[in-house]
This record gives sequence, structure tokens and C-alpha cells, in this order.
Amino acid sequence: MTTRMFGQKIKRREDPRLVTGNGRYVDDLGAGALVAAFVRSPHAHASIVDIDVTDAIDVDGVVAIWTHEDLPGDAAERLPMLLPHPSIVNPMTGYALARDHVNFVGEPVAMVVAENRYIAEDAAGRISVDYEFLPPVVGVDQARAAQTAVHEGIEDNVAAHYQQTVGDAPGAIASAPHSLELELEVSRSACMPMEGKGVVAKWNTEDGTLLLHSSTQTASGLRAAIAAKLGLPLTKVEVVAPDIGGGFGVKINHPWPEELACACAARALGTTVKWTEDRREHFVSSAHERGQIQEVHVGFDDEGRILGLDVKFWHDNGAYLPYGVIVPLNTSTHIMGPYDIANFNVEWWSLYTNCVIVTPYRGAGRVHATFMMERTMDAIADELGLDRAQVRLNNFVREFPHPMGVVMQDGAEGCLDSGDFLTSLDKLKALVGWDEFEDYRNRARAEGRHVGIGMGAYVESTGAGPYEGGHIEIESSGRVNVWTGLTTQGQAHATVFAQIVADELGVPIDTVHVTTGDTRKMPYSVGTWGSRGGVMAGNALHVTAKKVKAKALKIAGDLLEVSPEDLEIVDGTVQVKGDPSASMPLASVAVLSNPLRYAFDESAKQATQFAKPADPNTPPIKPGEEPGLEEQDYFSPLRSTVANGMHAAIVETDPETADITILKYCVVHDCGPMINPMVVEGQVHGGVAQGVGGALYEKMAYDADGQLLNASFMDFLMPFASEVPKVETDHLETPSPLNPLGIKGAGEAGAIPVVSVIASAIEDAEGFEIRSMPIDPSTLWELRRKHAAGAVPSLHRA
Amino acid sequence: MKPSPFTIHRPTSVEQTLELLSEFGAHGKIIAGGQSLVPVLNMRLAAPEHLIDITAVSGLSDIVVHDGDVEVGALVSHARLEHDERAHAAQPVLRAALKCVAHPAIRNRGTTVGSLAHADPNGEMPMILALTGGHVDVVSSRGTRSLEAAELNVGPLETCLESDELIVKAVFGGLAPGQSADFAELTRRTGDYALAGVGMVLSADPDTGELTGLRAGFVSVTDLPDILDLGGVVAGTQRAEAAALVPTIAQAVEEFVDPVGDIHATADYRRHLAGVMAGRVFTGLISGAVPGRETEEAA
Repeated sequence: MTTRMFGQKIKRREDPRLVTGNGRYVDDLGAGALVAAFVRSPHAHASIVDIDVTDAIDVDGVVAIWTHEDLPGDAAERLPMLLPHPSIVNPMTGYALARDHVNFVGEPVAMVVAENRYIAEDAAGRISVDYEFLPPVVGVDQARAAQTAVHEGIEDNVAAHYQQTVGDAPGAIASAPHSLELELEVSRSACMPMEGKGVVAKWNTEDGTLLLHSSTQTASGLRAAIAAKLGLPLTKVEVVAPDIGGGFGVKINHPWPEELACACAARALGTTVKWTEDRREHFVSSAHERGQIQEVHVGFDDEGRILGLDVKFWHDNGAYLPYGVIVPLNTSTHIMGPYDIANFNVEWWSLYTNCVIVTPYRGAGRVHATFMMERTMDAIADELGLDRAQVRLNNFVREFPHPMGVVMQDGAEGCLDSGDFLTSLDKLKALVGWDEFEDYRNRARAEGRHVGIGMGAYVESTGAGPYEGGHIEIESSGRVNVWTGLTTQGQAHATVFAQIVADELGVPIDTVHVTTGDTRKMPYSVGTWGSRGGVMAGNALHVTAKKVKAKALKIAGDLLEVSPEDLEIVDGTVQVKGDPSASMPLASVAVLSNPLRYAFDESAKQATQFAKPADPNTPPIKPGEEPGLEEQDYFSPLRSTVANGMHAAIVETDPETADITILKYCVVHDCGPMINPMVVEGQVHGGVAQGVGGALYEKMAYDADGQLLNASFMDFLMPFASEVPKVETDHLETPSPLNPLGIKGAGEAGAIPVVSVIASAIEDAEGFEIRSMPIDPSTLWELRRKHAAGAVPSLHRA
Repeated sequence: MKPSPFTIHRPTSVEQTLELLSEFGAHGKIIAGGQSLVPVLNMRLAAPEHLIDITAVSGLSDIVVHDGDVEVGALVSHARLEHDERAHAAQPVLRAALKCVAHPAIRNRGTTVGSLAHADPNGEMPMILALTGGHVDVVSSRGTRSLEAAELNVGPLETCLESDELIVKAVFGGLAPGQSADFAELTRRTGDYALAGVGMVLSADPDTGELTGLRAGFVSVTDLPDILDLGGVVAGTQRAEAAALVPTIAQAVEEFVDPVGDIHATADYRRHLAGVMAGRVFTGLISGAVPGRETEEAA
């Protein structure tokens, strides 16, 4: 009997190749291609008066210089608004190359195509752009104040405004025995994939086709967008996402200006044009996230049960809105988290600022939502003098499915489909030592040390549709080729998808070969985002493998003269259940599945026309059948499945330096049955590491002029391994009823509650409110001074 | 993030180097480890037409302990000096500070003398040169001169070196009998520039244990590697009673330093932190936990 692969800690099959330097990333491709560099706006807000390329055009090795007026047809129009939503009152997107205005530092203004990047940058430095300055809008407060507008005609800077209501929150708060108001803030940050964006656009002059290799999270989406912008039939454009060095959300937006500009240049020049984003470009011209100001009004009873929750928040979406309002929408729909709240109102505004655009970053709005809810839970507990875990317990949803009463980012009603929050909390408390902490605190205090404990719970809608597909082909050698259209940017797709297929087909995992993100084989796909890869492609491949298996058993059944129901596939051999002597290799079934005229090798002879007596009454391929042991199928869920988890941390804050150290970090995670627990743990660890960055280190520092002051890894502080604590994990596996495998997404989970948990723990250590994150030693020390001066209130329990 | 065009030269002797420096003047730039210069070039913050790579120059790679002082050639990497046992025995603050210079990979390539020439007030080694009463030996085709730290450093990222001059050697003062020294800093992440760093050399009478002197230098909180002489605060105090001096020392340090606020910390916080770190370094030194030089023979 073959060991079931699903649930096994199979080592990542892609790692030997990737960690020995044999990956093929976008920058490894396109040898000999022309290379692009971009002139970017040095100003946050300005009109372009003139662009003078005279000094640049004569630089040896320069092939072409492009400005907006060189862009052809639709490529010169604004970039698409990818995600329309009823909340969007003032849609605005940028151009591939700026037309009359620049709206953030880093916006592309001109493109130089040259023999190499050095020359391209030399020439870019000689292009002179004459700007007329306009006052910039930096940060949520300025955007709200609307003294200045980012875009002409959008005087209030409001891109989108929306409200969702369940019950009567203001009424419930007014009549509640207790109420609280909180003002909260999460700062702007960004994901930092090791590989930035990049594109190799290859125009084939012989057949008029464009092949794009891009560091993208959606090959199919980019293909459609580029074909539309270039006015090409879809069949003339293909997109491949090769190895990708991390995505974390930023590579889901498309087409990026550089992708479109390079594609235009490749076609115009009849050659290959390549662009590789450098780190500074990634800081100032990809996308950021996280920045929000929030107001919470909550009413609750003596046990801390929330009776009404009324929330307003203002979201900084940067200069344009190409990816719609997914981030604030996710925030608004995830605030209630794992809690049963009968009266809920959320109203939000998404605002233009003269800063880098905002698109989803791992967690995608849920980090902010969790911050609001978990800060509120802690505040309620402190107000009532109750244990923070108990207050959460008193509010948990206990029955599933639990309709949330809000419409999610996939357009469907949100619903907590599965989970067991009480068990999760028990596991978390045991893991972190919640009930023993006061003893530890007292011992530490006796040594002059400040320690604190915090926790945070979250839910995450994962595995959003509309669909994902699978294509499986078994070659006559027995090799199993697997394709799915979504892309891979470091996830273990080659491992976990192979596990699913190997299980269903009953073949050794070594024979299964997975390819992702190639529109030449799988044109129908959506992309890799929102913790959906495993749920969507995993289930698509599961159903596809079932179809292939059914076909194989039917063919084998005809030959073995047994009913397909009496057959099974074990270790790549089709055999009669209970009688392994009656069998044939799956490879032979593959040979016979494709009636041949020509024998290309020994095994193929079995399928040729004279290999066996022909049945004069049926054609070699019967009506309704297809040659080949090959099938394609799709999975499309009713709605997103909602994963959940809880984190807890113990921190120490230095009484003198205010330095913050995470002593212990614990995660209880429920993504349903785990395809590969090792991969899930890796996802959780990576997510926590990014969460630690968001809690203690990472923040985009814009000055009043809209200049990003820390656009390098020297000043934008991503935590090193030395700053990330050991992450202790425990799992709960409550299956989702929404898909055949019962799985829920795991990609973003680790990152979501960390900011909240660290805030909770620091607050507990310090004895005063923490309302804004991230926090660093200097900020904490300044808060201590304010607290000492009475400007920051103490906790009741302090 | 690609540098402007430049020509690279690889002299093999100091004489050749000096000729190239004379020839190119302000258009030439020395490169050794490149750990500060290469990022500056890639971001096009500087565009020298000529880079003079001195890594093949002979005679600049030695660490010599001479008369109790530590002589460090221009090509000695931070890592080599950090791990040199004789240098450590002569002046333990070298290792204490070098451990805080960025990350091992950077210390493997970056040179200590390069750090001195770069004169970054966030760098540890310019302060350590000043703290140990050291100097650099400078040559040019016009002759040689020796510069103490106070002479070398004229401003943040600015030295008095002429464009035709090359530092061939730095000399860090060693510990005298009865002296001990240490360094500590607080960084945001391991290996980052310090929010504040403090180095100290404590002098005591080896026989009586009575403190006789204290010098302190600072990282990231003063523009120049200025030394605060705290001898007046500690002189005459017995080691065993010196813990009571910590608040006075912290206060003196807070008054001495002149930090600037930036995106990583406010000026007030850095000032406070300098005082805290000074107290911690001093506490370590008087506790005897930091090995010092007790007698003439111990060196």
C-alpha cells in the first residue's frame, strides 16, 4: 500500500535546486537583451513642463528613449483599474510613463533602452525634466484635511468610501453598561521580496508574438492586460512566471508600468527588452501597505461581551488605485474576527496621498483589522479588570457555520465555516504558559526586569475564487506532468501539489512534475494571492487527478476485463483490488490511451493499429472520448473559506534603554487538514518574521515633502534572523466544508496578528496604553516620558 | 544602482599609489574593502573617475604590537584585527568595538583604516582611535605626517587628508598598567549603526585599586570622536565604592554629547541612551569583569 502523501512532512522538492543556485529567476533570463532603466520623479507632486533628452540620446550604447508621447494606442491611456467596487467614488490610475503630472517620488517619467544597465543609467542621468512644483499630500491626516488635492477634481482626496452594517451598533453601544473609545494607528510599511519586480519582453518578429517572462503573481492576468494594452489578440501574447524570489502581494498588481513600457519597446524595436528592479526602485516605485488611522467605539457588558462595535477608519492608498480597495475592504470585513458581534458598523475612507501606491501585502488589510479588534479586547479586559484571555473566550463564536453579515472581497457573504476557538485558546494558553505568567512576572520584577505577555486572535478569509484549474498528463513513460496556472514565488507548490496528485493517482511522488504560471499550457487561471494557492489549485488538481484516474481505470478495466470499480492504482500499477497479480503499469495504460499509427519506441508498438485485433464495431477513439491519459478540470468555490489562529508573546522591555526583546512567541494555527505540516510551519515562521518587522522595525519614513527617507536596507529595518524569535507552534485541523480536501489557506496567517500581539505584550510590560505601531525603543522611551507626565494613561491593572 | 563609469587602477606599491593619487587629485579615490564606498558609487552619490584599488599594495597588511601599541596596516580587515590575540592583549577595547562593526561578512572585507578615512561619526573605529590616544601615519609624494584622531577628523565624514594622501597605518594606544577598557552600544538590529555607543578607558592604581582616571568616547551621538575626560569624577575613589559614581557619570555624558534626532531615534533618547550605556560600561569596568592590564608583565 502506498503511504498517503497528504499530511506528510515531505521535504520541499524544489529546495535542492533553489538553494544550490540553480533557480532561474527573471534576471537570469534574457541574455543579450537590451536593458531598460527609468527616469523617476524626484518630486512627490509636480507638473511636468518639459522633458529634454538631448544630452542622453548621444550616449554610446543608447538605443531608444521613451516618454509618454511615444507610447502607442491604449498603452498611452491610464493603466487599468483592476478591481472595480461600489465603494470607489473617484477611480484614478497612473500611466506607464507619466503624462502631465507626477504624483509620487519614484513615478516613472521616461525610459531609456540601452545595451546594458550601466549605459541606460548613465543616459537616464542626462535626461533633464523641468518640473513645476505642487504642494504634496503626505499621510492620512493631510489627506483628510484636504487643504491640498492630490488629483485635480478630487478635492477631498477620497478615492473610496464605504459602510457595512450588521444590526444597530450605535444603539447597542448607547444602551450598553460600559463603553470605550480608542484611537489607533498603523504605519505605512511594505513587503520586501528578495527579488524585486522584473520583466523580459521578447518580441518575435517572425510570427508577431510577444513572450513575457515576469516576476509576477499572475501570469494569466498580466497576459490579458498586456494584450489589451498592446491591441494584440490574446493568442499572440504568452506570459511565463519562472522562479520568483518572493511576492508577498506586491507582484499581484499588473501590468506594472515597467512591464507595459518594456513590452511596447520590445515590439517597436523588434527585439527583447529587459528590466530588473533594483532595491531603491522597489522602495519608491512598487507598492506599500499598512498605513491606517482608526477610531473604535465599543459597548460591552460586565463580562466583556461586545454588544455593539462601531468603527471608522481612514486608509492611505497612495497616489493611485490600480488594485482597487482590497486592502481597506479586507480590513473592514475582518474586524469582527473570531468574535460573535451582533451589532457592527464599519465606515471607511480610502484616501489619495502623494506617496507610493498601496496594494496588498501579506495579510492584506487583516493586520489592521486584527489590530483594531485585539486592541479593543485588551482595553475591555483592562476596563473591567478581567483576564484578557477570558474576555476573548466570552466573545468567541462557538457554532459553525457562522454568517458574518458582511460582504467580502470575493463578493460573497462572509461566513466562518469551521474552527474551534475554545480549543485553540486552550492550546495557546498551555503553549505560552498564560496561567503561570504572573509568577514569572513577579520573579522577573524582583530582578528589576519588566516583562509582559500578550495575545491576539484573528480569522482570515482564504482561498477566494473565482476559480483555479489543473491539467494532468501521464506520459507513456509513466511520468506525470502537472500544470496549474497560478504562479509560484517561493511556496512549496512543486511539493504539495505533487503530494495531492500522487495520492489520488497512486503513483510515486518522484514521478510527478509540477509546472506553474505558464499561460502557454494553462491560460485559464487567476493568480497566487490571498492564501489561495493550496485551496484553489490543490483542489483543482485533486478533482483533475480523479478524472485522470477514472480514465485510466476504464482503459485498464477494458483490457483486464474487470469493472473499473474493482481496480486500484498502487505505486504506479493498476491492479485488481485484492488480486495484485492481475495488473498493468500505469505507463502501459498511458500508451494504450493514445491509439497510434506510428511506433516511436518499443512501448508505443502496443498502441499501433495492428498490435491487437481491431473491433470492427467501434472506432479507436469512441465518441465522447479523447486520446491520451490527460485531463483538465477546475475548482470554483462558493465562497472563501476562513482560516483562523491565535498568537501569544512574552516580551521584555529594558527599564533604562526601552529596548524591546521578544522572549517567547507561540502560534496556534488552524488551516484545516495540512497537506504538508512542514510547509505550513515554514509559512507560519516566515509570516511571524514579517509580523515582527511590522511590530518593531519596519516603517516607511516620509518627510513633509513626500521624500522617502529610508529607501534602503540600511535604514528600512527588516528584522534579521537575530531579531526573530523562535516560533513555537501548535495546530488544530478543523476541516472546511467548502472544498473536497477540506483545506483552508495558510500563506498569510503568520503575519496577521503579530503587531497586535506585540502591542498587547508591551502594554502589559509597561502598564500604559500602546495605540500606535510599530514601536521602537526611542518611541517607547518617549511614551514613558509622556506617561510620567500624565499624557499617556496608565492601564487600570498597572 | 549601477555606478558611473570609472577607471580602476591596481598599484602594487605605496609609491605607485602615491603617483596615481598625485596624478588624479580630486578625481581619484582609494578603494580597499569598499564596504562604504561601493554603495555610495552604486547610488551615484559619488562619481570618481578613477578608483585606486590598493588591495595589491605590499607592506600594508601587518598587525604589529610595538611598545604596547597596536599598529594596523591599511589593508588589515576589521575581522583580522578583531581576532588578533596580541592586539587583543594589548588593547582589549579593539575587539570589544570591532565585534560591533556591522556584520561578519562586512568585517571580512572592510578595513579598519578605511573606516578611519571614512570618518563616519556612526562608525566605531574613529572613536576608538581617539579613545586610545592613537594616531594615523599618512604619506604622500610630498612627505609623511602623523595625525592624531583630533587632527584627522574635522567633521562628520570629513578628514583633513589631502587628495594626494594615503593612510598607511593606524596606531591604537595600548593599555597601561592598571588600565582597563571596554565598549558597548545599543543598535536597532544586530550589526546596525549604534543608536548610541560608548567606549571607556579606566585607569586605576594597580596596587591600591584607587581610580585615577577615566576617558570616554562616543559613537552616533557626537559629530567628531571627541573624548570626555571624566578623571575629575573618579579620581580618588576606591574601585569598590565607584558604583555610586554611575549617576554622575551618566549626567556628565548626557551633558557632553550632542546627538541629532533622525528616523531611528529622537535626540533626547540618544542623549539618555549615551548616559545609560556609559553607566553600563563603567559598571563593567569597576566590577573587574572586563579583563584589564594589571601589571607590566601581563602585556
